[in-house]
Amino acid sequence: MASSTVLLPPHHYLNDGYGVKSWLLTRDHKRIALLYLAGITFFFFVGGAMAVLIRLELTTPAGDLVSDETYNKLFTMHGVMMVFFFLIPSIPATLGNFLVPLLIGAKDLAFPKLNLASWYIYMIGGLFTLYALIAGGVDTGWTFYTPFSTVSSTTNVIPTAFGIFITGFSSILTGLNFIITIHRMRAPGMTWFRLPLFIWSIYATSMIFVLGTPVLAITMLLVAAERLFHFGFFDPALGGDPVLFQHLFWFYSHPAVYIMVLPAMGVVSEIVPAFCRKRVFGYSFVAFASVAIAVLGFLVWGHHLFVAGESAYSAMIFSSLSFLVAIPSAVKVFNWTATMYKGSISWETPMLYAIGFIGLFTMGGLTGLFLATLPIDVHVTDTYFVIAHFHYIMVGGAIMGYMGGLHYWWPKISGRLYNEFLAKISAGIIFLGFNLTFFPQFVLGYLGMPRRYHAYPPEFQVLNVLSSAGASILGVGYLLPLGYLMWSLRYGRLAGSNPWGAVGLEWATTSPPPTENFAETPTVTWEAYQYDAPAEHHAA
Amino acid sequence: MLPDTAHHHSSALAHQFDTIEQQRDATTLGMWVFLATEVLFFGGLFATYSIYRVWYPDAFGAASRTLDITLGTINTAVLITSSLTMALAVHSAQVGQRRLLMLFLVVTMALGLVFLGIKGYEYYQKFVEHHVPGSNFQFAPEYARNAQIFFSLYFMMTGLHAAHMIIGLGIMTWMLVWSWNGTVSREYASPIEIAGLYWHFVDIIWIFLYPLLYLIGRHVHV
Repeated sequence: MASSTVLLPPHHYLNDGYGVKSWLLTRDHKRIALLYLAGITFFFFVGGAMAVLIRLELTTPAGDLVSDETYNKLFTMHGVMMVFFFLIPSIPATLGNFLVPLLIGAKDLAFPKLNLASWYIYMIGGLFTLYALIAGGVDTGWTFYTPFSTVSSTTNVIPTAFGIFITGFSSILTGLNFIITIHRMRAPGMTWFRLPLFIWSIYATSMIFVLGTPVLAITMLLVAAERLFHFGFFDPALGGDPVLFQHLFWFYSHPAVYIMVLPAMGVVSEIVPAFCRKRVFGYSFVAFASVAIAVLGFLVWGHHLFVAGESAYSAMIFSSLSFLVAIPSAVKVFNWTATMYKGSISWETPMLYAIGFIGLFTMGGLTGLFLATLPIDVHVTDTYFVIAHFHYIMVGGAIMGYMGGLHYWWPKISGRLYNEFLAKISAGIIFLGFNLTFFPQFVLGYLGMPRRYHAYPPEFQVLNVLSSAGASILGVGYLLPLGYLMWSLRYGRLAGSNPWGAVGLEWATTSPPPTENFAETPTVTWEAYQYDAPAEHHAA
Repeated sequence: MLPDTAHHHSSALAHQFDTIEQQRDATTLGMWVFLATEVLFFGGLFATYSIYRVWYPDAFGAASRTLDITLGTINTAVLITSSLTMALAVHSAQVGQRRLLMLFLVVTMALGLVFLGIKGYEYYQKFVEHHVPGSNFQFAPEYARNAQIFFSLYFMMTGLHAAHMIIGLGIMTWMLVWSWNGTVSREYASPIEIAGLYWHFVDIIWIFLYPLLYLIGRHVHV
């Protein structure tokens, strides 16, 4: 699709200054996005290493590789690293940072210095948590349930909680930056209903960043105060209520799931029309579905407490509200499918990931309905069914979306194309490895295998070995892109401005874009995803 | 593309904005969004307070009566006055009266310091009376257990409020420097306006803390 003679633009953000200082003191949202990319990739592989050890331990029924204490620390750190330092910042902080100004035709985010500060805050929080890991780890689970976390545990609860507290500010400031940028920095003519759907998703995500994260911050402070100073908040011996902790924790941590999956939905909403050559079906429904998910997401935290002593009446209400989330989620799935219907579909790597996302997210979402159903939830609470369900959302959903987005915009980010053949192979490996890892866990959970044990009865071994085998395949699938994407930075074919022939303002500027993004501020006179309009229409 | 006004104030206009109005608009909205975050941050504490007060009204009443209502009331007056001087500082910045602006900033900071001093003295009193939760906590035996929750909340809520005041004093110092060296001007008053929003917000948190901690329990008869 690219024109025959492609040259790198003479001036772009990657050659606008060299050396460590030009990166560590940059205020360019595109460079900050790459700083985040380095950070989240590092923490992803730290969290991944924990997963490797967990799956190795579970290949045999006996607890023979690591002690039970070590195992507790492994799954805690796997969860903490993956949730707070990879999944939550993944798409917003990397692709969001890179793309929000480009997609709306702005020169930068509204607050570039704050953006750089967010990255430093994120790294400080991450390194603090890494210190807690190296200094002996923490064994509370990523959920820090009281009174275990405040009274009983003898591990590094406070450094870990503090690391999460710090990183929360990075989320808040990033969300704030996006909200203001989307409100105040849009190019002339870029009305709300001409915005790419990725922007709507990032906007909805930012609402959760800004309104949810502070509740986690205060909860972590209360845990630290109870642990350090014996202030009574959650400890029953002091008259406190441990269930209150769970309410406060999940008030953030359930919406946090939508922080992970909403941006991935935004990515899919960009990829599907681009590779079907069709306008997205029901634009405004998809846009409002993002907002609806963000709003409803704040009203369903109680479904984590069905067996924690919540009253039957609240359990019924939280159950019904949780079912409602299925409506906007299904709207999106049906609309992507309808977009593909009679579309001119091409099967490049980003599209493979997008289709993978739609399938796996649907499975993750539907099993979520099982868990929202009170009697089934009582049966499978704290079993591998729950583990499988949320990994279908977080890995099958969020990471597939992240990988799809990374492959879709990589030519824009780097100016070069990766090896399409290897990329397709690894997309296939990830899909297969993922399903082999997590599908058996649905069965294990249904049969009653509880989560968070390093030993299990021998009849569960076959399914566990399948799952561990799948995890090793999945690991290969994640290492391959690390290799060929790095390779492409130097040796990849030049991409040109618009290798996919996609519409959208980011494809109207050079690859890589200049530091100021656009030679002159674009004026938008067309709707998003006008794939049926003549090509010269988009060149404006 | 570049209107005269933007050109004129180019030193204050950051590169990512087209006009000074857009910049002012964006920064003000940014502070409002940040304050929304703050509402939810304190909201977790207010929710915790509400639940335990409903559960333990007598213990909360008894504990509340040990707080020094005179000092609490004086502090409320001090803080409201500081909001007035802050509003006057914002006005002075908008009309370009630099000396008045600096004067009002200094008075606002002084009132903030008075507030923190009185708060510190109240903490000292609580320490002497063994009302700080932990191993040295002492209270009427029938309420001791649940009064501890009240004092845990008291120190957490007022402590975080005081931390916000200290951050506010830092911002005021910064604004004082910017007023002194001319960074802030009649055309570029938005830093003072934004600092003012923050200061008023911290005051409003106290307007809720004062009745919840000092007043509401007093009518509960034992």
